[in-house]
Amino acid sequence: MNTLDRIKTLAARDAGADRVVPPAGFTVRLTLFTAAAMAFLTVFALALSMAAGRLATSWGEELARASTIRISAPEVQLAAQTAAVLRVLEQTPGVASARALSPEEQRALLEPWFGPDLPVESLPMPQLVELQETGDGYDADGLRLRLQAEAPGAVLDEHSRWRRPLVTAAGRLRLLGWAAIVLIGAATGAMVTLAANAALAANAQVIAVLRLVGATDGYIAGAFVRRFTLRTLAGAAAGTLIGLLALLIVPAGGDTGGILTGLRFAGLQWLWPLLVPPLAAVVAFFATELAARRVLGGLA
Amino acid sequence: MIELDNVAYSYSGAAILSGVSLELAPGSFHFLTGPSGSGKTTFLKLCYGALRPTEGQVSIFGEDLAAMDRDAVAMARRRIGVVHQDCQFLDHLPLAENVALPLTVSGQASPEQADNLRELMTWVGLTEKYEALPPELSGGERQRAALARALILSPDVILADEPTGNVDWEMSQRLLRLLVELNRMGKTVMIATHDLMLIRAAKSLVNARNLRIAGGTLQAAGADL
Repeated sequence: MNTLDRIKTLAARDAGADRVVPPAGFTVRLTLFTAAAMAFLTVFALALSMAAGRLATSWGEELARASTIRISAPEVQLAAQTAAVLRVLEQTPGVASARALSPEEQRALLEPWFGPDLPVESLPMPQLVELQETGDGYDADGLRLRLQAEAPGAVLDEHSRWRRPLVTAAGRLRLLGWAAIVLIGAATGAMVTLAANAALAANAQVIAVLRLVGATDGYIAGAFVRRFTLRTLAGAAAGTLIGLLALLIVPAGGDTGGILTGLRFAGLQWLWPLLVPPLAAVVAFFATELAARRVLGGLA
Repeated sequence: MIELDNVAYSYSGAAILSGVSLELAPGSFHFLTGPSGSGKTTFLKLCYGALRPTEGQVSIFGEDLAAMDRDAVAMARRRIGVVHQDCQFLDHLPLAENVALPLTVSGQASPEQADNLRELMTWVGLTEKYEALPPELSGGERQRAALARALILSPDVILADEPTGNVDWEMSQRLLRLLVELNRMGKTVMIATHDLMLIRAAKSLVNARNLRIAGGTLQAAGADL
């Protein structure tokens, strides 16, 4: 019987096979708890990975074609230099748009550090100009030279200097999330294998009786596999549900929020955790099948 | 049915049986005797494929045991009813389900088979114990239940290992008569026992071949039986 047939057999309820293994035992609680805990952690790792992915995409897309010009000049020259910078930018090939940030926008940028009531007007604040590139981009060195000539206090910040490591970090965080999921899956398999081995050892008498009356190894293994697969499925479903509820408690930070406030799923991503219980059951199926076949093969 | 040809079996270097040859012909009745630890259980296990010989050849229903995989042995075992002295049961299942276990594992459980189960339970006198759990049964009831379980698939061969070891004389006579009745129905029967009284009592009931294991070898039992 191939694996697909065995899974089909497993899915079709076989009350007889289900009953031959005693229902009680610590392996029930161990399997349920392990599956629930692992599913809970998987949901978080999945959310972390997807949040990191969204951040990487967000930073990558939003910042890829944006630059900032910071104009630091005495207050009397600030408006003139700002106007000069905007004029230069209008004439620069590769610049799609440019605009000076309003005092409110600049205050919003500083709000996380200084609070909402910062009197920006009374501080010697540089003026920020945000520009968007066209698809072809602009000549940054040429722009710097022109700015130096027209507005000596203007400094071009291409964003790419600090954007690249952030995008790289977010990408790696996403990979780490997936690596954690793989490790959790492996740990689930190992724990189910341990529990299955314990159950097989504890039920040596049951196995002896089944063999005496003509049960094949496949039948005996199936009785254990079915039980552990269904237990894992139930435990993982509970763990996934708890994990999702826990994620709902985490404050939402919008699609472009940081890791902490964005540690949740967005849109259709909420469907991803639904895969956790069946995948955990598949892991349990193969772990128990291997353990049972190994143990039964080792018996006379 | 089952044939052993110059079979030897050793465990951890210690020889348990050697040079054993025997054919269990269809419809035959054998007693196998010998002191405790002489190798009677080992002999029976070799007969139903629970052990494989270290030397020689065992044939079960014409198939060489050495060439049979584990599934083939399991299938062959469905044609051999085995009754053990310790009557192993699944203690969490009611007696009826234990007796029907061979049907369950062979995928033959059906309403028709339920009728067979009722007949069998009546035959061994356990109709009142359908829902009882094995630990609730007496020694005699367990032995009869084990016999019923061994017969549920209507096997060709019945191998009984000290079937009267845990029961009183009256019950052992009752079990013996059940086994003799099965033999008259054409079943091949082998009873391993150290109870010589049982073998003597069977003389008037069945023409049995008596064997003895001594010193690891199989011999025809003498007139002392």
